[in-house]
Amino acid sequence: SQVKPVAGGDVWSGVWVIIEYNNGRVAPVSWELLGEGRKLANSLGCELCGVITGYQVDSVIPEAFAFGSEKVYVIDHEVLKDYRTEPYAEAISGLVRKYQPEIILMGATSMGRDVFPAVATKMQTGLTADCTVLGIDPETKLLQQTRPAFGGNIMATILCRSRRPQMATVRPRVMEMPEKVEGRQGELIREEFTSNESDFRTKVLEFIPADARSAFLDKAEIIVSVGLGLAAKRNLVLAEELAEVLGGTLAGSRGAVEAGWLSHDQQVGQSGVTVRPKVYIAIGISGAIQHLVGMETSDFIIAINNDPEAPILKVANYGIVGDLFQIVPALTAEFKKRLQHGVAN
Amino acid sequence: MHFVVCLKQVPDTSEVRIDPNTNTLMREGVPSIINPYDAHGLEEAIRLKEKAGGKVTIVSMGPPQAKEALKKAMSFGADRAILLSDRAFGGSDSLATAYIISTALKKIHETEPIDLVFAGKEAIDGDTAQTGPGIAQRLGFPQLTYAIKIKELTDTSITVERKTESGRQIVQAQLPALITVEKELNDIRYASLPNMMNAAAYEPEVWTVDSLPFDLKQMGLKGSPTSVSRIFAPPGRSGGEIMDGTKDPAGIAASVVQKLLQQNVIMVHPLMKGGKH
Ligand SMILES: Cc1cc2nc3c(=O)[nH]c(=O)nc-3n(C[C@H](O)[C@H](O)[C@H](O)COP(=O)(O)OP(=O)(O)OC[C@H]3O[C@@H](n4cnc5c(N)ncnc54)[C@H](O)[C@@H]3O)c2cc1C
Ligand SMILES: Cc1cc2nc3c(=O)[nH]c(=O)nc-3n(C[C@H](O)[C@H](O)[C@H](O)COP(=O)(O)OP(=O)(O)OC[C@H]3O[C@@H](n4cnc5c(N)ncnc54)[C@H](O)[C@@H]3O)c2cc1C
Repeated sequence: SQVKPVAGGDVWSGVWVIIEYNNGRVAPVSWELLGEGRKLANSLGCELCGVITGYQVDSVIPEAFAFGSEKVYVIDHEVLKDYRTEPYAEAISGLVRKYQPEIILMGATSMGRDVFPAVATKMQTGLTADCTVLGIDPETKLLQQTRPAFGGNIMATILCRSRRPQMATVRPRVMEMPEKVEGRQGELIREEFTSNESDFRTKVLEFIPADARSAFLDKAEIIVSVGLGLAAKRNLVLAEELAEVLGGTLAGSRGAVEAGWLSHDQQVGQSGVTVRPKVYIAIGISGAIQHLVGMETSDFIIAINNDPEAPILKVANYGIVGDLFQIVPALTAEFKKRLQHGVAN
Repeated sequence: MHFVVCLKQVPDTSEVRIDPNTNTLMREGVPSIINPYDAHGLEEAIRLKEKAGGKVTIVSMGPPQAKEALKKAMSFGADRAILLSDRAFGGSDSLATAYIISTALKKIHETEPIDLVFAGKEAIDGDTAQTGPGIAQRLGFPQLTYAIKIKELTDTSITVERKTESGRQIVQAQLPALITVEKELNDIRYASLPNMMNAAAYEPEVWTVDSLPFDLKQMGLKGSPTSVSRIFAPPGRSGGEIMDGTKDPAGIAASVVQKLLQQNVIMVHPLMKGGKH
């Protein structure tokens, strides 16, 4: 693989978002990135393009325009039916070589984090992982890519000065969803894919969908989350009742998962799921940094903890210092009363 | 079979902080550990060796003190450990790191063909998760990331269960291949006494930039396309209202619920619709 020469400047142009379409659904982060990509493209005065690689993707194209793509590149081929690194990396890097975008973005999902390093290696360019903030330097016009590292203890701004494209994966549910304008039109570019099945050395034998509970976690609007403060599995019922009243989803800290109270799929945090619900209720969770990085961007945080020094209280909109065994049932009872009567005020 | 484990020595990040005055990393006194995911890769390699026979080689890139991590890793029953250590390697980003490690693996592959490479899902310090895929790409091996289970290993193929957001994928790849592993893959055993004693006496091999035909332009700060332009402490979320719920839990609960409803943080409809899911 040859080293890409230093970019000349005007050759590489445009902001691209790789739209993740898999098992019949688009990862919402793809649309979030079109929203963010719009801002970057405006700063650079260039176009914003969506890229769809997959099989039978036609239904996704109007959506890609509706969420803001000016152009949409499509590779539709049977070998792209199930996600595999090899064909996807080849399809994406083929498009990148041909059309030379300046910036390409993808969600920091298991797919984005799998395929982008392969594409970056093929292109011999830099890749910034798991960004939470993007911007354009007004002077150099470089993409400023800010990401947490060291388990969320530090933030770093990364630049890719002299190679192109500039590539980043971006954490889901950090950027805002853009407005969807139904019926918006743009230019559609379909590309052939010349590879076939025998070129690839991996086969997907089976796909087992995640159970509904965990599949919902990163999209849940209300999360009731428990930690070791709960003391025993049988006390989980306190949180379940609160979740039930609120129509919320149950989750927890790694402490709660390691204690065997919840499944790994229900873990919030650095080594679990990143969530951004409207309301996050933390019950008996201390708020270790690895937990905070997974839930800090929630719209509203309520924490219940009997230790006034617990770090979770510092990120909470409402921090209730007290015994969860008293507070939680009281909250449940009060919500039940108020919500059942349907009186909000 | 020949198993190679990529293993990184990392600071225990739960103790790393930013100095608010200088905006630099405070690493003093922070203990170094084997990257936790790599320990699970090592464990799996040793289990497979015990079952299928063969050899486990560990490769690490890092400063001289990373030898300690390698010696510790040897105590779990690996056969050979190589440390890639040279000032020229310092400052490498994930593209350059993958270049350096893959160059070493190519060398190893020439004399002792590799069947399977293990890397961690990510390193807990840089945590890019990009080095494993970068190595696979450069070796021309298929990559299977986020492995939670090895379902089958034959002379020519590996079948892995890998975790994604939407579910689990069972994938088969031809060997040689590279997998990156999650912690669910296995439970790590304790080192046995004889292995510990062997490891204590073991000296890892050290390879420098002169040991292999490295291209100096592809490593270090200069050979790395990405650079860190600034580090800073994460912006803290400004704290909200702290309420004392010790004296009158029911009263506090009532006032919290009242405020949440008034501000439309929680709306009446969820229950009316009988829950969301
Ligand atoms: C590499 C790495 C990755 C990690 N990833 C994650 C991750 O993804 N997610 C995660 O959550 N953690 C993660 N951790 C672990 C993290 O560091 C913490 O150990 C963990 O979050 C602690 O869980 P906890 O808050 O439930 O337990 P604890 O820290 O034990 O907190 C329990 C809390 O309950 C309170 N409490 C006790 N009794 C009561 C009571 N009666 N009423 C009210 N409050 C009470 C206590 O004051 C305390 O604050 C990770 C760690 C490492 C090293
Ligand atoms: C604050 C900060 C931010 C950074 N951000 C980026 C970035 O966005 N993009 C980028 O390209 N680089 C970045 N880097 C540089 C990056 O951390 C280093 O290149 C590092 O050598 C490899 O990346 P990693 O720690 O992310 O490892 P990962 O890619 O997360 O490691 C995955 C696996 O690869 C193997 N591995 C990784 N390193 C080694 C090693 N030295 N020896 C043996 N096996 C290894 C291990 O099996 C490990 O589990 C950053 C560094 C810092 C300090």
